[in-house]
Amino acid sequence: MLLSSLIFVPLIGMIVVMLIPKDKFSTIRWTSTIFSMIPMFTSFWITWDYFFNYSGSAAMAYVEGPFKWIPSLNVHYFLGVDGISVPLLFLTGLLSTISIVASFGINKRVKEYFAFFLLLEASMMGVFVSLDFFLFYVFWEIMLVPMYFLIGIWGGPRKEYAAIKFFLYTLFGSIFMLVSILIVYFTSQPHTLNILTLIKQGSALPYTLQMVCFIFFFISFGVKVPIWPLHTWLPDAHVEAPTAVSVILAGVLLKMGTYAMLRISWPMFPKALHSLSFWIAVIGVIAIIYGALVSMAQKDLKKLVAYSSVSHMGYCMVALAAYTSATAITGCMFQMVSHGLITGALFLLVGVLYDRAHTREIAVFGGLSSKLPVYSGIMLLFSMAALGLPGMSGFVSEFMIFIGSFGVLNKVLVSIAVLGVVLGATYMLRMVQKVFLGEFNLERWGGLTDINLREIITVAPLAVLVIAIGVYPKPLADLMSATIQHFITLVVR
Amino acid sequence: MTKYAFLIPLLPLLAFVLIVFFFRWKEKLSSLFAIAMIIISWVMSVMVLLETIARHGAPYEAFYQFINLPKFILEIGILVDPLTAVMLMVVTTVGACVEVYSIGYMHGDPRFSRFFAYLSLFLFSMLGLVVANNFFMIFIFWELVGLTSYLLIGFWFEKKSAADACKKAFITTRVGDLGFLVGLFMMGFYLGTFNYGGVFEKVAAGVVPAGILTLMAIFVFGGAVGKSAQFPLHVWLPDAMEGPTPVSALIHAATMVAAGVYLVARSITLYVGSTEASLVVAVIGIVTSVMAATIALVQNDIKRVLAYSTISQLGYMIMALGLYGYDTSLGHHSAGFYAGTFHLMTHAFFKGLLFLGAGSVIHAVHTNDIQDMGGLLSKTKITAYTFMIASLSISGIFPFSGFWSKDEVIASTGGHPIFMFLTLVVAFMTAFYMWRLCFLTFFGKPRDQHRFEHAHESPKVMTVPLMILAFLSIFAGWVGLPWLSNGFSSFVFHGEAYKTEASWLMMTISTIVAGSGIVVAYLMYYKKVISPERMMERFKPIYTLLYNKYYFDELYQVGVLNPVMAFGRLMWKFDAKVIDGLVNFTGWFTIVWADIQQWFDKWIIDGAVNGSGWLVRQGANVLKFIQSGSMQFYALFILTGIVLFGIFKFELVFISYRWPTLSIIFILSVVLLAGVSRMIQGGYETNENAESEE
Repeated sequence: MLLSSLIFVPLIGMIVVMLIPKDKFSTIRWTSTIFSMIPMFTSFWITWDYFFNYSGSAAMAYVEGPFKWIPSLNVHYFLGVDGISVPLLFLTGLLSTISIVASFGINKRVKEYFAFFLLLEASMMGVFVSLDFFLFYVFWEIMLVPMYFLIGIWGGPRKEYAAIKFFLYTLFGSIFMLVSILIVYFTSQPHTLNILTLIKQGSALPYTLQMVCFIFFFISFGVKVPIWPLHTWLPDAHVEAPTAVSVILAGVLLKMGTYAMLRISWPMFPKALHSLSFWIAVIGVIAIIYGALVSMAQKDLKKLVAYSSVSHMGYCMVALAAYTSATAITGCMFQMVSHGLITGALFLLVGVLYDRAHTREIAVFGGLSSKLPVYSGIMLLFSMAALGLPGMSGFVSEFMIFIGSFGVLNKVLVSIAVLGVVLGATYMLRMVQKVFLGEFNLERWGGLTDINLREIITVAPLAVLVIAIGVYPKPLADLMSATIQHFITLVVR
Repeated sequence: MTKYAFLIPLLPLLAFVLIVFFFRWKEKLSSLFAIAMIIISWVMSVMVLLETIARHGAPYEAFYQFINLPKFILEIGILVDPLTAVMLMVVTTVGACVEVYSIGYMHGDPRFSRFFAYLSLFLFSMLGLVVANNFFMIFIFWELVGLTSYLLIGFWFEKKSAADACKKAFITTRVGDLGFLVGLFMMGFYLGTFNYGGVFEKVAAGVVPAGILTLMAIFVFGGAVGKSAQFPLHVWLPDAMEGPTPVSALIHAATMVAAGVYLVARSITLYVGSTEASLVVAVIGIVTSVMAATIALVQNDIKRVLAYSTISQLGYMIMALGLYGYDTSLGHHSAGFYAGTFHLMTHAFFKGLLFLGAGSVIHAVHTNDIQDMGGLLSKTKITAYTFMIASLSISGIFPFSGFWSKDEVIASTGGHPIFMFLTLVVAFMTAFYMWRLCFLTFFGKPRDQHRFEHAHESPKVMTVPLMILAFLSIFAGWVGLPWLSNGFSSFVFHGEAYKTEASWLMMTISTIVAGSGIVVAYLMYYKKVISPERMMERFKPIYTLLYNKYYFDELYQVGVLNPVMAFGRLMWKFDAKVIDGLVNFTGWFTIVWADIQQWFDKWIIDGAVNGSGWLVRQGANVLKFIQSGSMQFYALFILTGIVLFGIFKFELVFISYRWPTLSIIFILSVVLLAGVSRMIQGGYETNENAESEE
């Protein structure tokens, strides 16, 4: 019931919100906060409980089902979690609540906004707990709807363009997924959509079919990651989306791609993975360097963070290419969590500044440190986390990814990827310098106020987690070690 | 106490956290608390040092698991061995002096508390770096000192130069760290551990192939090149002088920049295992040393002279360590290791003092330019005398501490004539530029009367640390007296203890070289027997080259920074125009295609449908007249049919079947009949049926 509650509590919340009169802003806000806090605490509890009671084995925990749903197609309602989904549930629960609290400033069509947000949360949770392809696909697609409206209605000046681009791009990927799902469905004996069963059988598929399915899945998941060169929806969507939606986009949605790779296409088609891993690594390295270089050229604060996401998700792809190394895969998971926390916080912070200054152009600021010391301090903290400073989570994940992939992948390739560390420092510090250091323009920005308590509350948990993981990552690694061991045995078949 | 050595770094961290979150508003409390913490750390360091001496240098190690992975375990732990104990002493001593001094120097700064918070964070990182028991952990703190250095260089961030300098420092050192990282990956891959003991054991056992070991050692050295500002990554250190002077003293002279030397000393086993890597280290060291010393000869900013002096001295140490590795790998004895670490210690004291002294001078005259100083001896007595003590020490004059360590460095070049020659040249230049500084600052006539008149000695809180460091600049070197049987050399020994011997010849030569440097400076800048201006004119091109620091900054700007930025912008264009262009083109093309489809649909497909409908309607319009209901017409119709049939039946005999013709004639005749019938009925019921079709 726990996992179902993660999906259905936000859904009920959505319905409740829709029943509230639309001009009662504060009631709507607090109702949705409460309905997102319930799954958040549930996900915390699951993480806690999983760590102590289930993390020793790779078996699915909190399994629900399989219950028959559409018997003629063999579709089941089948949920379960393991070491790679639990951290992401945690992340989803936390970031959803934070985003909702961060959305209190929304004044336009409040009711619809929060209703869509809760629907979004439900579908994200659904993706991370589904073990049936049909169910998975349904949640994967449902997620598009609230996202489309959230960007398209509450977004920035080019919101329609961004929303439709995001929608179509993802849908384009989904077609490939659907085809692949059909292929694996019809080649399985008896026909099944149970992901776990399909993983067991998957390796028996002929090589060509594996390749086709793998590449199709790769494209469809890759759009979400986003892999280079399917990434251009991301800067537009991130920049145009309202702050909280950017947080969810960067924090959770991008992880759905890498999660799906870990959960589905990697263990299902090991032979194809084996032949393509080098190219996946190449794509990852290109993303790291390319994303960093493009970030360097950005003039818009939010776009810079958006492109840094491309670079950071590149690390995940490198790690995924080094699939035989448990260290690299653990690093990949760490990077997913860490990127969610750090980039989520960066988007929140950019939003804080945007709310006050109504511009995000890097060049117009300068010397904010003297006027907004607390804000600048927090921003500096997360900038440092983003560039992989030790003591924070980003460093742990990057280090593990590099050290894991160094032993498995081409060493020169990994060494090139390490360049991303310097480039990352360059674009982050360039931004910090231009925005926070230098002379303060008192005339123009004299009216800016420092970050307020509500905003601090939204980023504080992220800061705590980023540092906690950076200082003592062992619990997180232990939580998923059994699952990752199992994963390795599946992909090395 | 050694057991609790982990507290030594944690106390300053506590100070940082408490200041940031609780004491920030109370300046006095912030500074005093920070100082109290570092003094406790200092006391503990003294005890740790004494205990280590009592244990005869036996190492103590303790750790916890940082992360537990199938292939290896990353750990965080402490290792207390003689090298650590000495470094702890150095860092806490200079740290405490600098913090006390800062009370005076930073007085009245709006971010006074923050300064102490940052200093405490730095001390935490630096002490953590020193007590680390493995390469992974040293890297963590390595980056953290980089962060604090960044924060402190940019402390006065309103100044553009400071904001530029801190970014430059961070990124330049990160380039070096790139090498360090790759070195770590190789270590992890080939050795499976980062623990010092584990790494050295495996290296000594020959687990790694020689080529790999060389590569690994050189990559690790990359980190040292960045942090210790060695050629070619030295460019950040002079700019780092934009930070407050206490910072320059603590971080950019005494401790952090020495971390590179410490790293090489720590991982000396790697270099002992690889002759080539050692040679690289030694060559980089001496090249840096000579290069920086030559630049220091002509600079006019007091802090920049000291900065280049620091680079030069660090090059000295690096060279000594490299030569140790080189000689030892070839089976010779060498004083290099001992010389390098010894010089590291003494240098920390006298260079820290020099910077604090420079800060005191700047505090007095409010300028960095030595051309605006002069004659300050009378105004700032304590500062001047302590500064000169440090200058004597760095010049290597008997019996100041610098003499003993520098002597060992020169001694370590025994058997390498080129190195020996160059180290002596550097020794000469060092004495020269230091005393050029002294004479221009403290002697002669004041060149800026206004500044001179307003000059005053700094408060006690600043001069007392100067005196403490002056004391150490004289006596700290005595722990390494060659006549001591259990001196510094046997304490920090690595591998086989090197028995130092007093070499009178060496001592004499180095004293003569240093003395002549001072004499030349005296003649040029005090007696003015030799005119500096004429020298400048005579060697104009060389002077220009040196004054512009060999144009390294410009070279990097043109050769590295601009291309990278341009490439970034190019990629951005590529992204927006090509990749996104492709996406938008796909979108646009889809729309156009849809338009074409729509046109086709509307005019061709639907046109066919509508056309057939139209045809049917028109046909019906015509044919409906057949259904006239008039008996006569039907009769006529039947008759025509019969006649036609008859005709064709008749024709069939001759022409065989012609169905098309037949049907056309049939239809024609029907239409004809319809027309006839219409004429008969005279337009009866015409318009009603026209719109009946849907």
